[in-house]
Amino acid sequence: MEINAQKRGSKLYAALTGELDQHSAEKVRIMLDTLIHDITVRELTLDLSGVTFMDSAGLGVVLGRYKKIQMRGGKVIVTGVSASVDRIFRMSGIYTLVERR
Amino acid sequence: MNLQNYTEVAFSALSQNETFARAVVASFAAQLNPTIEQLSDLRTAVSEAVTNAIIHGYEQDASKLVRMECRIDGDILTVTVRDDGCGIADIALARRPFYTSKPELERSGMGFSVMEAFMDQVQVESVPGKGTTVTMSKQIRHGD
Repeated sequence: MEINAQKRGSKLYAALTGELDQHSAEKVRIMLDTLIHDITVRELTLDLSGVTFMDSAGLGVVLGRYKKIQMRGGKVIVTGVSASVDRIFRMSGIYTLVERR
Repeated sequence: MNLQNYTEVAFSALSQNETFARAVVASFAAQLNPTIEQLSDLRTAVSEAVTNAIIHGYEQDASKLVRMECRIDGDILTVTVRDDGCGIADIALARRPFYTSKPELERSGMGFSVMEAFMDQVQVESVPGKGTTVTMSKQIRHGD
């Protein structure tokens, strides 16, 4: 799993590439938390268009980052959501917390 | 023609084997000519079951083995994921959406819900201290 990130003002854009399962989740969590450790980040966009596989471990990663960003009054956006990932997101109700674009 | 076929694999309870398990199921299912979406469903459901066996059943003890059996009977694919780990005391609770025994791992508690949504049938048998067997099946309609 690779992450390419760009920050513009208070907005952080992170594009994930690869498989997001329990095995890669720990690494992704650490990489994203390093990026959002910068408290000026108020909006995190996770671009999942390069994610070739994701299961509920990925859902845990997104929810965990939402909790951190939400604590500082910010928001999380997901883009590039595949049909399979969308199904997991919908059944979890995550779209009430995280915006899909 | 009523196709019947069977395979089984055993692998160490290491999370890097999740990719391997998904690949085995996808390769074995290929003979049923599944759609991309059906393959994706199978891969996701198997990933959830294998993850549970590794992190819950075996607490990530790499000396233990996860066993996976794949069976084809006609157009039904059945996957069984078995561990001889700690078992589940309350299966109904474990299957409940958002329930996780490991919130510290940021588990979403959606594993069984995903298996149920992506497969036609999911059966869980478990004996505390003996292990857990998850049996999941899905009808693969040709070119459907």
